[in-house]
Amino acid sequence: MKTYDLVVIGGGSAGLAAAISAYDNGVTDILILERDKELGGILNQCIHNGFGLHTFKEELSGPSYAERFITMIHDRGIQFKLNAMVTHLSDEKVVEYVTPAEGYVRIQAKAVILAMGCRERTRGAIAVPGYRPAGIWSAGTAQRYLNMEGYMVGRKVFILGSGDIGLIMARRMSLEGAQVMGVAEIMPYSNGLPRNIKQCLEDFDIPLFLSHTISRIEGKQRVNQVTIQQVDDKMKPIAGTEKVFDVDTVLFSVGLIPENALSEEAEVKLHRRTKGPIVDESYQTNVDGIFACGNVLHVHDLVDWVSQEGTKAGKAASRYLKKELVEGGSTIDLDAGIGVGYIVPHKVNPDNIGATVECMFRVTRTYKNVFVKVYKDGEVIKTVKKRAMAPAEMENIVLKKEDLAGCKKNILIQVSEEQ
Amino acid sequence: MEKEMVCIVCPMSCHLRVGFSDVDGSIESVTGNTCPRGDVYARKELTNPTRMLTSTVKIEGAQYERLPVITSSDIPKSMMRAVMEQLRHVVVKAPVNNKDVVIANVCGLNVDIIASRTMK
Repeated sequence: MKTYDLVVIGGGSAGLAAAISAYDNGVTDILILERDKELGGILNQCIHNGFGLHTFKEELSGPSYAERFITMIHDRGIQFKLNAMVTHLSDEKVVEYVTPAEGYVRIQAKAVILAMGCRERTRGAIAVPGYRPAGIWSAGTAQRYLNMEGYMVGRKVFILGSGDIGLIMARRMSLEGAQVMGVAEIMPYSNGLPRNIKQCLEDFDIPLFLSHTISRIEGKQRVNQVTIQQVDDKMKPIAGTEKVFDVDTVLFSVGLIPENALSEEAEVKLHRRTKGPIVDESYQTNVDGIFACGNVLHVHDLVDWVSQEGTKAGKAASRYLKKELVEGGSTIDLDAGIGVGYIVPHKVNPDNIGATVECMFRVTRTYKNVFVKVYKDGEVIKTVKKRAMAPAEMENIVLKKEDLAGCKKNILIQVSEEQ
Repeated sequence: MEKEMVCIVCPMSCHLRVGFSDVDGSIESVTGNTCPRGDVYARKELTNPTRMLTSTVKIEGAQYERLPVITSSDIPKSMMRAVMEQLRHVVVKAPVNNKDVVIANVCGLNVDIIASRTMK
């Protein structure tokens, strides 16, 4: 069985950054396995701009951002395989994949980085009643058809879900001449960026129906009608609030779920909230030598943070391979308190961090003019003022090594109205 | 007269109120912003709103059917439809390099439509 020092599963933004970082930290025997026909992942279909403001200090389109990283892969001569679908991963780091060129292949990795990204939630996942005709798409699938494969997926469109993908598809379909009848959002607020509400909906006079959901889809062969209904505070549809739209297409933009079938097979433990692996400061999972980064770990809103996380995971994997990571020892749990949904990493071994550790977290609702407080064993050790926070935007807080010194129980991060 | 708008410069999403002169309709005041960028945004958005435009054009001989393109700088919002109409007629042939000019000086705006990736 052929062996590699490092196998990276997934050649999207996380995997590319991880491979580059591992290489630059001295690991050269790397293989990236990518199931699509080219590297770059989801960036290749995200043709809108705004990527790379943090990484490159300019606003690039998704494909341009990907191209910068792909060029770095080529410059380093890092090996990758395309059309390579990983079918199995074991806790002993045996990777099985299939490609049209090689057929079925088993390889042994000394370290693995999980970078498989995420998948869209579907109509089935949220159980929308009605017929099951043609013309119902997840927004990302429609985006790929429209932007890469050259198929216009519909002419009269309704969109469920006001996350950024739904909003961006509303603009894209409008620009291509479709009539977007509206966007329904079950929550009383949009999870999309205000910038996208303005530039994707208001610019095109597309109505946003907050606290509404689709309650019925009609059509035998092709969609011909959707019914939306207002929901109450328990998200139950309210009778008498029905609005009917004649459409030929419905797009679902109702959330993303980390793609962890392989992780689970390798006995990687997943986090209840993120649906991704539980990782330590080195982005290592509970399985020795298996690391995770990017959307497979937790769903990000900015690609820059995905690349940054990949860079950290790649470096950590190189330290693991060079036997520089301290195993065992005392790890400190990073726990989410009031107002915080989750924190990544989930735990920290202070022996393995440099001067600082960066903690990424999401809040559970919108906040204005509040304080993020860090508690060590119940005592406040750090307070950061935040003017505005929203669940759609990932937050971060940096802890110093000395902040963690002497910690016996845990570090807790929570939101407080008072200083 | 007053107009309300939400600032999109940063996540604060300040609610701006813009006051107009009763005499000539010019902008007299911007309030509700918590930083100077809100003032700049409101004035630009109300006098000369511009947008970067991203779309695709048909490409032949490439691994995909569509080539993503972008304007070389922002264009007046009112010109987006006209520029989209120009893109409908374009067919390029692979290979294309990132930043290759697809349409020079589109609609006389002194802005080019350029490829936003390399495609072979």
